[in-house]
Amino acid sequence: MNDSDPLKDANSLKDAGSLKDADSLKATAHERQNPATGAAPGAAPDNAAVVLPRLGFFGTLRWAWRQLTSMRTALFLLLLLAVGAVPGSLFPQRPADPAVVTKYLQDHPDTGPVLDWFKLFDVYSSPWFSAIYILLFISLIGCVVPRAIAHYKAMRSQPPRTPRRLSRLPEYGTLEIPAARGIPAGEAIRDAAAALKSRGYRLEIRDADGDRPSVGAERGFTKEVGNLLFHTALIGVLVSVALGGLFGYSGQRVLVEGDTFVNTLVGYDTFTPGSNFDAAQLEPYSIQLDKFEVKFDRESKSHYGQPLDFKATLTTKSSPSSSAQQQDLKVNSPVNLGGTSIYLVGNGYAPVVTVKDGDGKVAFQGPVVSVPSDGAYTSLLVVKAPDAKPSQLGFVGFFLPTALINDKGVAVASDPDPFNPQLNLNSYFGDLGLDAGQPKNVFTLDTSKLTQLNGRDLKAGGIVLSPGASYTLPEGKGSVSFDGIKRYVALDIHHNPGQGWALIFGVTALLGLVGSLFLNRRRVWIRTGNHADGRTMVEYGLLARGEDHRLAAEATAIRALLEKRWLAPGAEQAEDSNGAQSSTGRTSTGSATVSKDQ
Amino acid sequence: MPQINETFALYSERFMLLAAIAYAIAFIAFAWDLVQNSKTTKAVLAHSEHAAAAKSRTRVGVMAGSMVTGSNGSLDPEIEGPEGRVQRPTFHADASARDTGITADDSMRYGSERRVPARVAVALTLIAAVIHGAGVLSRGLAAGRVPWGNMYEFCTTGGFVVAAVFLIVLTRRDLRFLGTFVIGLVLVMLTAASVAFWTPAGHLVPALQSYWLVIHVSIAVMSSALFTLTFAMSVLQLVQSRREGALEQGRPDKAPFMRLVPSALSLENMAYRINAIAFVGWTLTLMFGSIWAEAAWGRFWGWDTKEVWTFVIWVVYAGYLHARATRGWTGTRAAWLSIVGYLCVVFNFTIVNVYFAGLHSYAGVG
Ligand code: HEM
Repeated sequence: MNDSDPLKDANSLKDAGSLKDADSLKATAHERQNPATGAAPGAAPDNAAVVLPRLGFFGTLRWAWRQLTSMRTALFLLLLLAVGAVPGSLFPQRPADPAVVTKYLQDHPDTGPVLDWFKLFDVYSSPWFSAIYILLFISLIGCVVPRAIAHYKAMRSQPPRTPRRLSRLPEYGTLEIPAARGIPAGEAIRDAAAALKSRGYRLEIRDADGDRPSVGAERGFTKEVGNLLFHTALIGVLVSVALGGLFGYSGQRVLVEGDTFVNTLVGYDTFTPGSNFDAAQLEPYSIQLDKFEVKFDRESKSHYGQPLDFKATLTTKSSPSSSAQQQDLKVNSPVNLGGTSIYLVGNGYAPVVTVKDGDGKVAFQGPVVSVPSDGAYTSLLVVKAPDAKPSQLGFVGFFLPTALINDKGVAVASDPDPFNPQLNLNSYFGDLGLDAGQPKNVFTLDTSKLTQLNGRDLKAGGIVLSPGASYTLPEGKGSVSFDGIKRYVALDIHHNPGQGWALIFGVTALLGLVGSLFLNRRRVWIRTGNHADGRTMVEYGLLARGEDHRLAAEATAIRALLEKRWLAPGAEQAEDSNGAQSSTGRTSTGSATVSKDQ
Repeated sequence: MPQINETFALYSERFMLLAAIAYAIAFIAFAWDLVQNSKTTKAVLAHSEHAAAAKSRTRVGVMAGSMVTGSNGSLDPEIEGPEGRVQRPTFHADASARDTGITADDSMRYGSERRVPARVAVALTLIAAVIHGAGVLSRGLAAGRVPWGNMYEFCTTGGFVVAAVFLIVLTRRDLRFLGTFVIGLVLVMLTAASVAFWTPAGHLVPALQSYWLVIHVSIAVMSSALFTLTFAMSVLQLVQSRREGALEQGRPDKAPFMRLVPSALSLENMAYRINAIAFVGWTLTLMFGSIWAEAAWGRFWGWDTKEVWTFVIWVVYAGYLHARATRGWTGTRAAWLSIVGYLCVVFNFTIVNVYFAGLHSYAGVG
């Protein structure tokens, strides 16, 4: 039967001699995929490499552009991006932690500056990291634009012409309509077209009244749309991030219970403006910290003292004239005010201290923000009294919410709640170095020009105070008293006009990605022909563009549709030939295809 | 906040121990399956080799090695690349090989042969996974929250998800050849959890008290479980493709147990399909993570160490997907990218969580 069948060429796979056919298939399969730009996957490098020797200046430019927008380069840049991002996690980064970087540079005087020269402490704003992602995105644009144009054209043009040898396609099968059914080739092709249409194919019938009519059909354009959407949306994400960097700002403020923050430049402890920031952007809202409550785990033995809840009660005013509002601020649930978001990022104790100078005058009074260094809130603090007379006074020490004397006789913190608060201080007098006009870190005391008065190793010993107690400094330098405890919160305040956009583009990218990965783009061709003995011979072939493990299932479904149309209504005389036919059909499919169902 | 239920916590640990024992036996059964099959196939092979000696081509009993005849390799050079990539003609299905039914064919559907050790192994895995699931559940009940708040819980829950995903995939495809690998990894995770990361049940620190923990971490764990499967496949793919290459050149088969394993190309294709799903999952992890970061710290992206590594993983797998569409990068190179991606996942989960300071320091160790 095979021999007599003019359409069937089940062996064509093995007789690889006919290269012309291979070429015609290739042309069909690729005619819309390889736009002249060569941006299609895999196509560019080879073309470009061949053209190389005969290039002029513009030719060279074109060649460079093609190289840049080739799939291979994109892959290379992607991997480079991954590698380039890693050092940022190995070395401390200035934007996140400038103090750690400074310390690193001090500790590594040899290697530190070299690393710094390579911008390894500012990886994500370094020229080389920027170069990688800018090149990547140029490549992306160079890739997406021609592909979008090509795809737009493809969507508007007819399905590709029918290859001469369908049997070379990855899915191939044949059917024959018995003569008794009286369906000539022309009618069969229209039937086939209707069947394909019902499966959502866009199609074109060729040569309907000719000898060997065929239909070309295609579906799954959304796959490519998804891919383009995904890549374009990535550009959108990048632009949104840049937008946030230009017009956004962020700042930090430490607020002790009872204090008020007003959203003006002077209100911030630190402030990082975006490059296009304008102080007029700040809306003068105010926040007062009424109370800060902390709950620690008191039930569990294993996690005793672990924090369970932090809650700040705020009184906010969206402008100086508007009415006051009560709001709660917690970790993971920011307060939004005046176009900014306010976050609870830290907390601690602020012991209230009064320092009197040698003249008996109050040189400093108020809460001192201490920095917790462990889970039991062993908190470091520095008190500076530059106004003290006759000499300036400074104190360094730590605050323990629950002090416990350990077996070495040293006071340590044993619990984060203030069950037995204690202030341990060393005192100094002399020049605090504040007058030089340089900004000084409030959490460190430069002792180079100071003389120590109190300390564990000195005769006078260290200062140990419980709430309400006071201590008179040696040599008549004054006194210090521990008046009480307040809590404070550390707030981060952010304004980022880009983040909403980043989210929109991110979601778009995700949808595009899903479409691109899980939709399938396929082409189907069906050809019919009248056999001399009255049978109508049908052959079909399927081709996927991109990964498509369901191509075989699609072939089966199409075959079933066609069989139902032509062979199903139990025409007796068709039965045995049918049975035989479908099994040969399947066998030939089986042998002509290579593991379809991957 | 509900009280910690110490009884459930205790049960949870017992369940974990029982599950680990069951997994260990399942592991042995899977290994036994590999050994036994390599014997069976050797016998079949010897037989059919004898029969086929007259013919020019050797018929190896099972698909993998024998497929690489190379003689059919001229399907159409242009069908390589993204177009019709699936049909890359590195091998040709030999119908008679499948008929031996000793293992799944290249579509990884179940064959006709009963593999008793493999069945025992799967049954044991199922039992182990059920016990393991009970352990995870009782841990959650003990703490009154989702059981993924510290390294111990990431490991135990993660291991459970790996086993569960493996079992779910098994209902549809015959991936039993991956059993030793996957169950071995689950055992490693359980051991690491109880030896290195053990933490008693407790409440969450405020930073983790967010529904984003439920969403973000669960998706991350599921994607990682899928990456675990594809990692195993990619490793086997590399071994298999070396073996195929050796067989093609007529060298002796040094890894006969690999006969049980599908061809390198089918492994690659299956790994690709799973990686595609896992990549979408990882994209979601990244997005939800940044939404959470925005809610918690006020910026959706700050190059925190954990963020850096999540990003690196995402980019490596994006590179992997690209590689599959780039000529000269499919096959072995793509497999390496998949392996590198998984090593990054492991690095992110262990080293970064434990040793790198960052905002994400909730590992609950030490
Ligand atoms: C920001 C960098 C990029 C990322 C994160 C990225 C990510 C991805 C991902 C995840 C896919 C898989 C979706 C699919 O298979 O359809 C993909 C596919 C693709 N990408 Fe990119 N891409 C990037 C840049 C580029 C560039 C610069 C090019 C052009 C040279 C490019 C060209 C392609 C092509 C042609 C595909 C389709 C591959 C296929 O047929 O499967 N991409 N990309």
